[in-house]
Amino acid sequence: MAGVRCCPGTGRIWWGTVSDAAILVEGLVKTYGDIEALKGIDFEVPHKTIFGLLGPNGAGKTTAIRILSTILHPDEGRAEVMGYDVVGDPVAVRFQIGLAGQNAAVDQNLTGRENLTMIGRLAQLPRRVIAPRVDELLENFGLTKAANRPLRTYSGGMTRRLDVAAALVPRPPVLFLDEPTTGLDIQSRTELWQLIRNLVSEGSTVLLTTQYLEEADQLADRIAVVSSGKIVANDTASALKSRLGTTTIEIEMADEDAGARAAEVVSRLVADNMHHEGKTVRLISDKGPLVLVEVLSALESEGLVPDDLSVREPTLDEVFLRLTGDHCTTGEEDDPGGVPCD
Amino acid sequence: MPESFRRPTPVIGAIHDTMTIARRNIIDLRRVPQLFVFTMIQPVIFVILFRYVFGGALAKIPGIPYVDYLMPGIFVQTVTFGAITTGISMATDVKSGILERFRSLPMASSGVLAGRTVADLGRTVLVVALISLVGFAVGFRIHASWLAYIFAMLVVLLFAYSLLWVFTTVGLVLGNPESAQAASFPVVAPLVFASSAFVPVATMPSWLQGFAKYQPVSVTASAVRALVLGLPARSWVTQSILWSVGIFLVMAPLAVWRYRKSV
Repeated sequence: MAGVRCCPGTGRIWWGTVSDAAILVEGLVKTYGDIEALKGIDFEVPHKTIFGLLGPNGAGKTTAIRILSTILHPDEGRAEVMGYDVVGDPVAVRFQIGLAGQNAAVDQNLTGRENLTMIGRLAQLPRRVIAPRVDELLENFGLTKAANRPLRTYSGGMTRRLDVAAALVPRPPVLFLDEPTTGLDIQSRTELWQLIRNLVSEGSTVLLTTQYLEEADQLADRIAVVSSGKIVANDTASALKSRLGTTTIEIEMADEDAGARAAEVVSRLVADNMHHEGKTVRLISDKGPLVLVEVLSALESEGLVPDDLSVREPTLDEVFLRLTGDHCTTGEEDDPGGVPCD
Repeated sequence: MPESFRRPTPVIGAIHDTMTIARRNIIDLRRVPQLFVFTMIQPVIFVILFRYVFGGALAKIPGIPYVDYLMPGIFVQTVTFGAITTGISMATDVKSGILERFRSLPMASSGVLAGRTVADLGRTVLVVALISLVGFAVGFRIHASWLAYIFAMLVVLLFAYSLLWVFTTVGLVLGNPESAQAASFPVVAPLVFASSAFVPVATMPSWLQGFAKYQPVSVTASAVRALVLGLPARSWVTQSILWSVGIFLVMAPLAVWRYRKSV
């Protein structure tokens, strides 16, 4: 809708399109030299939801976050955060956001409390507000005991929690979390997930990037799958899951001959979600247990017994294969982005 | 909504942000004393080497003891080498990613850089004070008034401050502490040694004299020397201040521009 908006604190009148979404992205393009990091992406994030950008290294997720947090200018397209244009009024945007994750560092020599206090000052909070807010965050993030220790004595999980806490000091309505759990152990990851869920229940809007399907599934209301600078799918987590399947079943036969026969049997049951290679047959389904029983009984009736059998979550590789039909890439210069080969 | 939506006026905001960043950098210096200690030890070694190792051979300057010729040069040499540390620290910040966070905050762009240079100027004041004490201990004497000596130190600090902006820019551009260090030394060494800091320019070959006489390290060393020896100093002091102000006026906007531009 077209409208007039007065920007708090600026006294400026703004004519133009104003979106009701917390984050609006339209046709963003960004090129670094020869590498097209973003090839035109669009998405909207409604208020008080978590939006996940899911994709491998080099897909363009971080570039999108950097543009939205006013660190980088887009070559084409536009983006708004809380109704403010990221290029037109970056300062107003900076008053609305918090940034945490792989690239937003904290000072290793400062204590936890000193780091958060510094961020509070630089976020232009009044002094009297900062100290109680810092104490509150240290408490909520389980860092009260470590508050007066330099960060270089923190574990990886503690540093990451402090990093997210730093983004929250000014209570920003919009939070950007760039791969917040990359490199964390399972326990730290689960703890951080809970903290992120709590944020949204308190009214924040979160844009999260991740390489983990499970993380996007656990946290995001809506997931956009990013591949080589483009969004290849944008849907709710549950819709995406039923489209992509949640279980991968891998059947390994004794030899290639048996593999081919097994593939033929399986293809009669599930036609489109099956891949056959040598002695291995792989299928992805959102009704894993049921399909497994059907497939095994069909194989048995043909006298085929698997040598090995595994049931697991689909990897990001397999998700991309389904979405893009893209083979994996080596990440070489002539083939940036895409799905990394294992 | 944010706790408080306060958009500061540009000047007050920039000062507030500069002091916040300077405080952070001073805490860093205190917590990692190694860097600080080494920037202190290096000039002390220079004083002792030049005073006692080369001093005998170099004592060909008529009228004054070599230590009184040497010490003004040591001050300028010390702040010039010391400024390299600023580039290394800035590059470390670029590499660590903390600048990304600063750039996402509603703060003055100049604050990150001014805060760095203000903190490092504080470090430079300490180094200059220490070198003064070491100098007095090895026989350095002020031939003019204490006031002239203090003025001379202010000329050194002004020169140092302009250099801090040069190396801030170097650190921002290179973005890697090792490269910042490696790139700085070859630039700094000719400036410091092909100068009047340790030996009179008149002893150098004539092709070198043109450079050695007018370059900023020489001019500043000569200004300090004239002030503490009670010689006519006006011309040298003016030239030194012009160099310092000129370097600052070119490098500070350049550094801010480089910082604002995407890393």
